[in-house]
Amino acid sequence: MNYRLVLADGEEFSGVGIGADLPNGVAAGEVVFNTVLTGYQEVITDPSYAGQIITFTYPHIGNYGVNSSDDEASRPFCRGVIVRALARRVSSRRSEEHLDAFLRRHNVAGIAGVDTRRLTRHIRESGAMPAAFGPADRDVLAEAALREPGTSGADLVAQVTTRSPYVVGSGPRKVVVYDLGVKRTMLRRLAELATVKVVPAHTTADEVLATEPDGILLSNGPGDPTEAGPILKELPELIGALPIFGICLGHQVLALAFGGRTSKMKFGHHGGNVPVQDTRDNKVQITSQNHNFAVQTGSVPGVRETHVCLNDGVLEGFVHDELPVFAVQYHPEAGPGPHDSYHHFARFAELMDACRGSS
Amino acid sequence: MPKRTDLESILIIGSGPIVIGQACEFDYSGTQACRVLKQEGYRVILANSNPATIMTDPDFADATYVEPLDVAILSKIIERERPDAVLPTLGGQTGLNLAMELQNNGILQAHGVELIGADAQAITTAEDREQFKNAMQEIGLEVARSGIARCMDDARRVIQTVGLPVIVRPAFILGGRGTGIADTIEEFEAIAAYGLECSPITEILIEESIRGWKEYELEVMRDRNDNCVVICSIENLDPMGVHTGDSITVAPAQTLSDVEYQQMRDGSFSCIRRVGVETGGSNVQWAVDPDTGRQLIIEMNPRVSRSSALASKATGFPIAKIATKLAVGYTLDEIPNDITKKTPASFEPTIDYVVTKVPRWAFEKFPGTSGVLGTSMQSVGEVMAIGRTFPESLQKALRSLEQGREGLNADFGEVLLESIETATLLEAAAVPTPDRVFELEALLRRGVGIDDIYDATGVDPWFLDQMLMITEERQRLVGLSLDSATEQDWRRAKQHGFSDAQLGYLWNVSDAQVRRARQQVGVRCTFKTVDTCAAEFEAATPYHYSTYEDTDEVSIGSCRERVIILGSGPNRIGQGIEFDYCCVHAAFALRDAGYETVMINCNPETVSTDYDTSDRLYFEPLTFEDVSNIIEIEDPIGVIVSLGGQTPLKLADRIPPELILGTSPDSIDRAEDRERWNAVCARLEIPQPASGTAVNRESALAIAERIGYPALVRPSYVLGGRAMQIVYDDDQLADAMEQIAGSGSLGREGGLSAQRPVLIDRFLEDATEVDVDAIRDNVGEVYIGSVMEHVEEAGVHSGDSACTIPPTHLGSSTVAVIEDYTRRIAHELDVCGLINVQFAVKAGQVFVLEANPRASRTVPFVAKATGVALAKVAARVMLGATLTELGAQGLLNRVVSDHVSIKEAVLPFNRFPEADAVLGPEMRSTGEVMAIDMTQGLAFVKSQLAAGTRLPDDGMVFMSLADRDKQVGVKAAKVFVDLGYSIAATSGTAAALRNAGIVVALEVAKLEDSGGLNAVDLIDRGDLKLVVNSPRGRGPRADGDHIRKAAGLAGLPLLTTAAAALATAGGLRDWKRHPLRVRSLQEYHRRTSVGAPERNGAIVDDTEVC
Repeated sequence: MNYRLVLADGEEFSGVGIGADLPNGVAAGEVVFNTVLTGYQEVITDPSYAGQIITFTYPHIGNYGVNSSDDEASRPFCRGVIVRALARRVSSRRSEEHLDAFLRRHNVAGIAGVDTRRLTRHIRESGAMPAAFGPADRDVLAEAALREPGTSGADLVAQVTTRSPYVVGSGPRKVVVYDLGVKRTMLRRLAELATVKVVPAHTTADEVLATEPDGILLSNGPGDPTEAGPILKELPELIGALPIFGICLGHQVLALAFGGRTSKMKFGHHGGNVPVQDTRDNKVQITSQNHNFAVQTGSVPGVRETHVCLNDGVLEGFVHDELPVFAVQYHPEAGPGPHDSYHHFARFAELMDACRGSS
Repeated sequence: MPKRTDLESILIIGSGPIVIGQACEFDYSGTQACRVLKQEGYRVILANSNPATIMTDPDFADATYVEPLDVAILSKIIERERPDAVLPTLGGQTGLNLAMELQNNGILQAHGVELIGADAQAITTAEDREQFKNAMQEIGLEVARSGIARCMDDARRVIQTVGLPVIVRPAFILGGRGTGIADTIEEFEAIAAYGLECSPITEILIEESIRGWKEYELEVMRDRNDNCVVICSIENLDPMGVHTGDSITVAPAQTLSDVEYQQMRDGSFSCIRRVGVETGGSNVQWAVDPDTGRQLIIEMNPRVSRSSALASKATGFPIAKIATKLAVGYTLDEIPNDITKKTPASFEPTIDYVVTKVPRWAFEKFPGTSGVLGTSMQSVGEVMAIGRTFPESLQKALRSLEQGREGLNADFGEVLLESIETATLLEAAAVPTPDRVFELEALLRRGVGIDDIYDATGVDPWFLDQMLMITEERQRLVGLSLDSATEQDWRRAKQHGFSDAQLGYLWNVSDAQVRRARQQVGVRCTFKTVDTCAAEFEAATPYHYSTYEDTDEVSIGSCRERVIILGSGPNRIGQGIEFDYCCVHAAFALRDAGYETVMINCNPETVSTDYDTSDRLYFEPLTFEDVSNIIEIEDPIGVIVSLGGQTPLKLADRIPPELILGTSPDSIDRAEDRERWNAVCARLEIPQPASGTAVNRESALAIAERIGYPALVRPSYVLGGRAMQIVYDDDQLADAMEQIAGSGSLGREGGLSAQRPVLIDRFLEDATEVDVDAIRDNVGEVYIGSVMEHVEEAGVHSGDSACTIPPTHLGSSTVAVIEDYTRRIAHELDVCGLINVQFAVKAGQVFVLEANPRASRTVPFVAKATGVALAKVAARVMLGATLTELGAQGLLNRVVSDHVSIKEAVLPFNRFPEADAVLGPEMRSTGEVMAIDMTQGLAFVKSQLAAGTRLPDDGMVFMSLADRDKQVGVKAAKVFVDLGYSIAATSGTAAALRNAGIVVALEVAKLEDSGGLNAVDLIDRGDLKLVVNSPRGRGPRADGDHIRKAAGLAGLPLLTTAAAALATAGGLRDWKRHPLRVRSLQEYHRRTSVGAPERNGAIVDDTEVC
């Protein structure tokens, strides 16, 4: 079926429908673009995309199908998918399902045949913005795009966090993960080091501290960190009590807790090829990234800024001057993306071991 | 880390002549390296024997040695220049091997020269199969089961443990020479023996065969701070079993999930770290079992490779340039990304299009070869195409090949497959050949299932399904017509990559009609940008490709006058790097003169497709449709069609005539069309060999009766003497006509018709052939670039024959006649720009053979020999500059000649052991070398060395000559004997030699005679040091064929003409008196005279010295 994509600023694209049907004729969300060449399944199932419509800049998507082991969450939370060409025949011994069937099963709609390069250039110039797509009339879509709030000011974390706590792994250490929208790959990395208890985002500091963990990981998650919900209130009590590692949204809420500032980026970082330099040894890691908000450089008191994005100078990581707290803006667990930054998990383990030894 | 300041001068070793497996990609990488090092302030010393390269232009290095790439010569260069370092990783396998030899011989250490980029240990770890395997296992990477053998006994032991089928790979070889797959023990014996012979260190790897697995390549870079990045992933459409250089390859990888891709990425980094490539680019090859996902590492090249060039063009990331910066100490984060200008080079390019590379082969030139692709590379060139999707990209690549194909079938070429039964076709497709991709589409069109085709061929189902989409689109299109197609239909067709020519075929109209109808509907192509980042950042670099999307990204902001230069397309025999050189020179000269330059080309190996060679680059097929699209958007003041060989010339009459710069298409036609050309010669009263044109056997025989035998037979509109033959009687002539008209490979290229008649010329035996390159300007002045005398007699294709500047045996009066004829022809044809004229001189009389008012293959050679950059001058002349003006600007300052320059052809017979290694009127060389020395003899010896033939100091010379060659052969033999060589000869030759008073040490039996030793026995026993064998016709399995083949296998110097024997003898004589001299071009060019159009540089008669 012929679909149309209309952005909030009126820019229009044509394509055909893929994935779930749209009984109302409209799907809406904030349009962002992701530049990965592989890993569409991990991207689509990354809870951090809650509220967003993902444009893949690589034209052929779905080539190797989808499989149950590459999901980053129990289901996708994104609002839609925009591609240039959806594969028809998939080819991979790992494939269990066609991407189109997967999207239908999870009730995610998409649009294919779009000049995604034109769209990407438009977002690059005009910024990520709300949009709507579907078989509906242009006016209906334009109105839906304008009505769509985007990701600013919405508590998307509540939509994606786990309902109840669960445990993964059986490593020697005890780690509590605040699930702000955690990816499974992150838990897999942690589970190699620790027994990991994943708790809902609204879990109180007291509840967490009562389990006497060795450390806390603040996970990635969707949306505006200033709207990240209860964790913002709980953090002051947790900071200093035990080692904390923040990733992505976790990095941002930690910065806020220390008194830093965050702001929305023009179109964010979404890809698997972002160069980040460790300012301590000048080594460059190619990182997997997915964020629309960033911590403002120089805004966080009491920390040393340790990582910086070489493309645009965005702050990508810090360590507290005194407290056992560090954070990175990008995804050291990868999934999808390069494995260059796995060492942060070992670093977290060392920190926990050091603190346990000294206490 | 900043750049190293402890180095002052750096030696770069180039890759030498273009050979199969090592083409102009190393000119591209070497040129980038030279530029970078010069910009960084280092003194650059360059050694490369290939005159047709851009890198050997004297501007690109401080000292340019166009000298043989040989350890002894390089040692002399090092002694003279005392470089601080050698950068060995940009000159292909040749450069790497030579650097290793210099290291192993202690020469580098003796002169305190450091290897930068990769050290000897790293190179050995990567190149030595056993060390590599052990190193990979040590870091936990899986390699195929294998064993090493250094003799046949070893090989037989290894096969016991590895088990059949196996692949045999010789160590230290380039392009996979001598590699093969054995399914049976008999095959194994033969392949292992040949492999041992091919390896310079007599070592082979015998390995479990993983034929049919998926094949991938990752281009990896590493800096001194241990930062590693992947520049590009490549997936082969042809599964394992076909050399990657002979595979259709696609970037990025299409069928790997991220989990699998990251595993491969991690493995590639572990590999480059373990091997120890400290800085630079490496290429890591992987095989993946489609059923289990098992990943095996196949090999790694610790250097910039052919795939690096492809990856650079595919992504916009200049690997060679960055590798050079890394080698002198920078780290990736310190180098800006050229394309975005704002972001650093320490990232991984991401792309939003699909790149397809398709090789181009030349099997038709080597009768007797099977045309089956295998693990030894056989292609002579390649094209690359960019599309938004794989179907578009594949179709664009196939029409870029210029083999009469307009895309993936849906053209006249598909007819050949129609008569083949489906079962037979499926069997055919199971064998990898150049036609396989077309067979796959035909099978899909006949409804054969993807799974059945996959089972038979191993081509991944994703690729097959993408091809099926093309097929389905075709079937939809067949139901439409020019008038009924809607805008949406047009767009769909174009997005599937269908060319106007394919649509014309399907709808039975011309491509021009298709174009008009399409444009009326408003469907036009859009140009997108190659930007390394999938549009995430703004691109400052104008590198474009066409597709059919919503919007265009090309903006012509400049008010400078624009000139489009049409490139030369894929390398092929007869049209190679020389033409790219000319196009690049035009871009440089016109940019310097203030024009905006626009390049169109589809060959990823070239300097012309480097995005900073011209102001704008379009990576597009060189077809009427694609070129017209660019002309429309660029609105140029003109188009240069005469520098890129036949490729752009073929388009000339379809480009608006007012846009053609230089010589008019009509003048080109007057030279090309036989009857018009005859009229030109008659008018000018310039003698030609008698000739006629025939459209069938009867008319051919009638002409032969008139002009007499021997006769030269050649089809019209072909390049490089395609299918040209010399015939000596009616039977041979009838055979030749049969071949041209018949369904052979040439029939397929167009066959015989009134539009494509056969030209029959009286062949002048024992004539000296002469080439002239000249430039005429639009006020009628002519500059004679050079008169070149061929070493081989007329009848050997000029591209395959050695030639000399200045001429050494022509009297000055003959040279004057030749120059006069050249001027008159240039005037008569109203040439504006370059013209090449070929002459034959027989008994003092000069005959004109042909004239080509365009750049010739010899232009770069002449430029290097005389110091005048002909292509630059020609480009300026085409835009209206006069020779007088250019002379005043110093562009015609000519070297005062106290030396002799020789160009020698390099032939690929070692790749085609089945083909007869004999020279003839059909060109078969892939490349050339240049040698300069004090005398013709020394230059000749040097040219042989440069071409890979080390002539013997002493020993036995075998001679077996056709009757017509005996007179010259006697002269050669006399010199050999005087120099202390002994002679072995077959009976007839021996008799002729003895008649002339020459001692024949050994008379050799004919092969069919049972008594006595024959030549093949002598070769096998190692008794001979040099073989001179001239052919008597091209009969199958003649004696000479066996002898030449045996000599080839034994690696013996082989001369197939008496003229070459005489030149060799003269060379050996000079060499016994003087050692070879090593000098840089800059030194040769230092002494120049101011050139004037009508008074070209003096011809120095060096005959005395020889």
